Amino acid sequence: MTTAIEIKNVSKWFGDFKALDDVSLTTSQGEKVVICGPSGSGKSTLVRCINRLEIHQKGTIKVRGIELTDHDSSVSEIRSEVGMVFQQFNLFPHLTVLQNLTLGPTKALGLSQKDANERAFKLLERVRIPEQANKKPGHLSGGQQQRVAIARSLCMEPKIMLFDEPTSALDPEMISEVLDVIVDLANEGMTMVVVTHEMGFARKVADRMVFMDEGKIIEMGKPKDFFDSPKTERCKLFLNQILQH
Amino acid sequence: MKKHFLILVFLLIFLSGCSSQPGAWGWYVIDPTTKGGYNNVMFLLSGFSATIQLSLLAAFFSIILGLVVALPGMSSNYWVRLPSRTYIEFIRAVPLLPMMFWIFYGLPVILKSMGLNIPIDPFWGAVVTLAISDSAFTAEIYRAGIQSIHKGQREAAQTIGLTSFQTMRYVILPQAIKRILPPLANQFIYIVKMSAFASVIGMQELMRRANEVVVSEYRPLEVYTFLIFEYLILVLIISQAVRWLERKMGSDESRG
Repeated sequence: MTTAIEIKNVSKWFGDFKALDDVSLTTSQGEKVVICGPSGSGKSTLVRCINRLEIHQKGTIKVRGIELTDHDSSVSEIRSEVGMVFQQFNLFPHLTVLQNLTLGPTKALGLSQKDANERAFKLLERVRIPEQANKKPGHLSGGQQQRVAIARSLCMEPKIMLFDEPTSALDPEMISEVLDVIVDLANEGMTMVVVTHEMGFARKVADRMVFMDEGKIIEMGKPKDFFDSPKTERCKLFLNQILQH
Repeated sequence: MKKHFLILVFLLIFLSGCSSQPGAWGWYVIDPTTKGGYNNVMFLLSGFSATIQLSLLAAFFSIILGLVVALPGMSSNYWVRLPSRTYIEFIRAVPLLPMMFWIFYGLPVILKSMGLNIPIDPFWGAVVTLAISDSAFTAEIYRAGIQSIHKGQREAAQTIGLTSFQTMRYVILPQAIKRILPPLANQFIYIVKMSAFASVIGMQELMRRANEVVVSEYRPLEVYTFLIFEYLILVLIISQAVRWLERKMGSDESRG
């Protein structure tokens, strides 16, 4: 199987705080990795390092064979292959849903507005909100906004998708509509790395579970082993706490 | 609007009270029913066009110059940021009047020594001075507006492959403009008032015209009172426009 993301001995500090401590993780094409862990454990930082929203200070990160360096060309090459969905959606509030989707394809990929619109409408159907195309994001519910954000990302036809707590900012009744879209995507074979606390979802889609704490990967394994018989105390404790209710 | 109206009423009562004391006020200098008074009033009012032209042009250049200064000032690279920050700190520290003298009397000397024979007339001297002096403040307004946009917007733009220029052009500025325009328009009031300094280099605007009437009529109290009202009216009109603009922007932003 071909390697999608290769993270080797990566460390990162925010001032004196060590956010990532010698992290190594390799994922293959088509694999779905779910990262969980308590807040402040470095899981978001790790995902953000993969498309260089954060800059790692030690170690190497390769995405589809391209190493992330200070060169702008490597960064933009990797960003064109990696899509990202944020906790806070980060839709552009001054643009309509359709414009949010087509901005990247027209400006970064050089598509004509017509082709971009066509692509955008296909994706809006896929995330089940074509009727909202001409509304501003502010008029949509949180769940709809996050689905638009996923569609916006897919509009760039990425090979890898990163999700940074995609449902953490949502009202409970909207979580499943967003997760359904991500599950569909997973079933279509998209390579993805998902940071989430939704363990039911994780069980359903993950090929591999990763548990992080204090900037380190503590435990890694198949979902079945991970959930049924965690090896470390810390992971056991964490799972108990979030699975209790 | 009510507040402005009250200020006007108060001032009028104050003035009429003063004029009941014989000798204190001599309104005849600007009494439009007499020939001399009429001429004086027309002369004073004719300063409006220069003040307005001066202010508008200075504001226009200040808005462009401010943006050119502000953008590199927000770079993460120290050496790109440095010239912009230096410019802002320096220009903010120089008082307008000396700067005006320097540009009007000093700059032509430098230009001449460089073999450029560009005369600087009072109008353009004043426009350039006002624009430069104001640009440091406009630059700070741009910076505040741009930095108020959540960093997630920039990150989202980056992840869909936009360059930093495209991010600024299509994502950041269109949102920041709503927060930039009202304070920019407010800054225009400052320019209008500061344009009075152009009188010292011979620009025939409101202030200069008032000075000339004072010199020929020896009636500073009445003429300068009239002058203050001229500025007041101009500024009230602008601040009404600003308020209208703020309301319009505010309602547009209502839901994200």
